[in-house]
Amino acid sequence: MTARPEGLPSDKLPVGGAMRVMGSETEYGIHSPSAPGANATMMSARIIQAYANLTRQRAAGGAETRWDYTDEEPLHDARGWTVERSAADPSQLTDRPPVLDAEAVALAYGRQELEADGGDESGSLLMNMVLGNGARLYVDHAHPEYSSPEVTNPRDIVAWDAAGDLVALATVRKVAADPDLPAINLYKNNTDNKSVSYGSHENYLMPRSVPFGDIVRGLTPFFVTRQVICGAGRLGKGQDGSTAGFQISQRADFFEAEVGLETTIRRPIINTRDEPHATADKYRRLHVIIGDANLSQVSNYLKFGTTALVLSLIEAGQAPKIEVHEPVAGLQAISHDTSLTATVRLLDGRRVTALDIQWMYYEAAAKLGQETGVSDSFSGDGHTRDVLERWESTLGLLGSNPAGAASSVEWLAKMSLLDGYRNRDGLEWNDARLGLVDLQWSDVRPEKGLYYRMLSRDRMQTIVDDAAINRAVIEPPSDTRAYFRGKCVSSFGKDVVGASWDSVIFDVPGIGKLQRVPTREPLRGTEALTGQLFRKHATAGAFLRELLGLDPTPPA
Amino acid sequence: MAAQEQQQPQSRDVEAEADAPEAPPAAPEAQASVATQGVDDLLDEIDGVLESNAEEFVRAFVQKGGQ
Repeated sequence: MTARPEGLPSDKLPVGGAMRVMGSETEYGIHSPSAPGANATMMSARIIQAYANLTRQRAAGGAETRWDYTDEEPLHDARGWTVERSAADPSQLTDRPPVLDAEAVALAYGRQELEADGGDESGSLLMNMVLGNGARLYVDHAHPEYSSPEVTNPRDIVAWDAAGDLVALATVRKVAADPDLPAINLYKNNTDNKSVSYGSHENYLMPRSVPFGDIVRGLTPFFVTRQVICGAGRLGKGQDGSTAGFQISQRADFFEAEVGLETTIRRPIINTRDEPHATADKYRRLHVIIGDANLSQVSNYLKFGTTALVLSLIEAGQAPKIEVHEPVAGLQAISHDTSLTATVRLLDGRRVTALDIQWMYYEAAAKLGQETGVSDSFSGDGHTRDVLERWESTLGLLGSNPAGAASSVEWLAKMSLLDGYRNRDGLEWNDARLGLVDLQWSDVRPEKGLYYRMLSRDRMQTIVDDAAINRAVIEPPSDTRAYFRGKCVSSFGKDVVGASWDSVIFDVPGIGKLQRVPTREPLRGTEALTGQLFRKHATAGAFLRELLGLDPTPPA
Repeated sequence: MAAQEQQQPQSRDVEAEADAPEAPPAAPEAQASVATQGVDDLLDEIDGVLESNAEEFVRAFVQKGGQ
């Protein structure tokens, strides 16, 4: 629970600390060992379909809802311009529903099967769902992607991000239970180690008034170095992993630019995609593409929590005034050095380690937390103090006894396992068995995923318990608009024809036209504001009439 | 294949309790050997869940590009 300072309006969060509207996106690696040549987009659609079938069983009327693309603006650049569609890479056009042609569909499914369970009423494949927990589950390029609902703090992001892993697991089980289909494995990682990478993105809401240049300057040194606490670890160096060894980050070798709009090519440390999915003159959604997907809850928590703190520093004008010389090269040098002694040069001439830079940010964030009061143990916001304490203790361990951080920092946990194999069996870094350990670390099945094997032996610390994650699969967060979206889907699924981050569209019998309910304020549509309405009305018609002030329903 | 993969690995948590709880705090050397023992047991368990034919499995894991 979050302490709310008295007098703070219900649609504002305490500023200066780790609380912020945020969300995660995970593209899962997808592989069918018994059908290695299977089309990845088809398999991804099969995964989405599997979840649609599961939720149809769970919620009468169907909990799955189509995505509404009206407000997608992937070509808007935060620096103030829009890329011509013709100049964009086709993979950047994420505002159009992906289309599967009939031939491809028939190849993957067969007509009869599609009619039996693969398609909706219109006969097309479901590629895109809005879930009852407020998340989005869809086919993104050639991967299934789970985008978490908006939450307000780093503890909740750990729960709703891990809920996505349970959603992924449920789809894997569902497909595996069909004797006529090849089983599909999903991996929460970021590379196939053959030169392809796929993302795990973070989203943070910021006031639009913060100049984008401040964000670039304030974040770049932090993003170059935060991998030491939240890197997921990777076997091999270089985009194709062909240079033997182990490195801190899954993603570092795939970044080639400092700032840019692209996410699939020439990947930049700072991504400028400017789709606020909210009132555009008030907010920007900072789209972060440089992170690794995390299974370790502590790494995930610190990834979001410390980044939120640094954004608060930037907003307050108190980010450390440092600039890294050649940040892309620095990012990779730091990732390639598990001894944590590599240095980067700052523009003022100093040579510093990743830990040095992290400490500079920590000190500034601790100071701001104290000044604003959000890190106070009694009157604070209930989150900032914990993030600061874990950040401090993790940096301390990394500097003095890195092995001691193997139960919390993901790359160290993975490295401890790889070292175990190397010591016991005398394996070289390029041994295929180590490659398998790296890959299977992220298998979403608890009996196969090596992270989960470590977790079951209490070798990994946790932030939230299993019950909270299980709840997050079904329930939306209570304190953002995701509550409204999720409750609309789970309560009135059959009358909801579409939804997106900032709208829910109803088609209700008796109400003439489609009703699009905008949800452009991320901190409205909360349980506090709309819970009563959901509890009061059993039908979408009555709910909508009161919500929109339409003709009142005559008393029964 | 699904059936054979879903086999639950044997729990090997027993050895952790083999040490008498009343025993005085172990010397650093003994602690290290307990830690090593834990790693060995962990690796034994993981041997049992790793996909067979590591080289082929890793080679076949080929992804299409993403964001």
